[in-house]
Amino acid sequence: MMTSTDAGLPALIARMTGDEKHAAASESTLDVLWVLYDRVLDVTPDTVHDPRRDRFLLSKGHGPMAYYAVLAAKGFIAPEELDDWASVRSRLGQHPDRNRVPGVEISSGSLGHGLPLAVGTVYGLRAQGIGSKVFVLVGDAELDEGSNHEAIVLAARESMGQLTAVVIDNRSATRGWPGGIAQRFAIEGWATATVDGRDHEALYEAFTTPHPRRPLCVVAVVEPKSGQR
Amino acid sequence: MDMRTTFLSTMEEALAVDPRLVLVLADISAGTGPVLAAQRRHPDRVLNVGIREQALIGVTGGLALTGMRPVAHTFPPFLVERPYEQIKLDLCHQGVGAVLVSSGASYDMAAAGRTHHSAADVALLDTVPGWTVHVPGHPEEARRLLLESLPGDGRVYLRLSSQANARAHLGAGFLTLRQGTRGVVLAVGPMLDRVLAATEGLDVTVLYAATIRPFDAAGLRAALGEVADVMLVEPYQAGTSAHHVGEALADVPHRLRSLGTQRDVEVRQYGEVTDHDFVHGLDVAGITAAARAFFR
Repeated sequence: MMTSTDAGLPALIARMTGDEKHAAASESTLDVLWVLYDRVLDVTPDTVHDPRRDRFLLSKGHGPMAYYAVLAAKGFIAPEELDDWASVRSRLGQHPDRNRVPGVEISSGSLGHGLPLAVGTVYGLRAQGIGSKVFVLVGDAELDEGSNHEAIVLAARESMGQLTAVVIDNRSATRGWPGGIAQRFAIEGWATATVDGRDHEALYEAFTTPHPRRPLCVVAVVEPKSGQR
Repeated sequence: MDMRTTFLSTMEEALAVDPRLVLVLADISAGTGPVLAAQRRHPDRVLNVGIREQALIGVTGGLALTGMRPVAHTFPPFLVERPYEQIKLDLCHQGVGAVLVSSGASYDMAAAGRTHHSAADVALLDTVPGWTVHVPGHPEEARRLLLESLPGDGRVYLRLSSQANARAHLGAGFLTLRQGTRGVVLAVGPMLDRVLAATEGLDVTVLYAATIRPFDAAGLRAALGEVADVMLVEPYQAGTSAHHVGEALADVPHRLRSLGTQRDVEVRQYGEVTDHDFVHGLDVAGITAAARAFFR
């Protein structure tokens, strides 16, 4: 199995960060993104417009460097594009824009939008008889946004087995989650798994374990966010 | 049949023939006959998300991302004001379209109070790009405008009201219902009949708009007579279309008077629709007084 390091992702990220240590928010998603794009999602640069492609929705649009690096490693964008990201010349911003970047399913940045969009996507695929997988990545602090909870309940009541929410838990929520994040999803009827967000095999197993007629929440635990906010 | 009932029964018909259509509800109207009938036949395309208006628009955006044509419906404060950021981001910024259909207008539920009133909906949609805004003045107009909005992928707002004119006026752009020489009164949707009554005997042109966005600037200019005096009569916030009049007449010395609901007063009264018409100066007497003062 190729690892994210083998794929040259740190070097790709360095094209965006220079020699500085890159932002923790970006690092936290790196392994999840790599396992998804390398081994789980059925989507390639050739199928970005295929109605039957799997969807990955980056709800937590902050720190998209790992996302751009994975898209570059998988050929959705050219690695050269990373060098001047966030400049006026670039289509790669600090928050991604689906109308500018091939393979980006949603424009995100403001928190709490990805899960409701993902639920609507599942509704739309279901109405067309398309069983493609829909993954949405949220951050643990992002779950503070109430809009997520409208979607969490709805996805469970609608038995959305096509849907997986990946929660990157770097313990950045200011108020936190009594009993843990997975319990909050489980009580609504989601299948859940809490795994080491750096362990590729554990992530792969969590992402590919069947969860018929129930949406799946995978809590990917990574090292706590450092630094001041 | 009022506009809301007309909308729901028209949706029932349309869902049966267009597999792209999805009706998305947040409890409001979910228990009505046409919706229940359509839901039985198309369970995957008649969706009720419960009392979750952020999800109402978020889900609508997600549906559009998969190529479906979503129609989202509830009362206007909960369709436009509450999930304004979802409209901005989940529809506009994603670059997708939808048909949003509100029922309740500025104060149709007069006795319900401020929480159920929405005079800012059209003004809010003016702050994000690409919206077609229909303000029908008659159920038959509502049906026609809905059917025109369902094909395609654009962003459409259909603002239904329990207030209506005596008869339908169908046609594209601003319609000329009376001709005069001393200025133009533009009546929007349900304001028409009272404008016609209020301007009886004045030498002014009366234009009618059931579609206010895009704004028919050419139609307004073509209607100008000897003087470019324009009175707007809109059933939502006063001056909502004033910037469009300003642009349309940028090279013409002109005067503008904007009637609509008051912006600077928190109206706390209950009562009937007519009580609110009076407070905002949108009854025949109020419009008459304003018109006589303006067209001198």
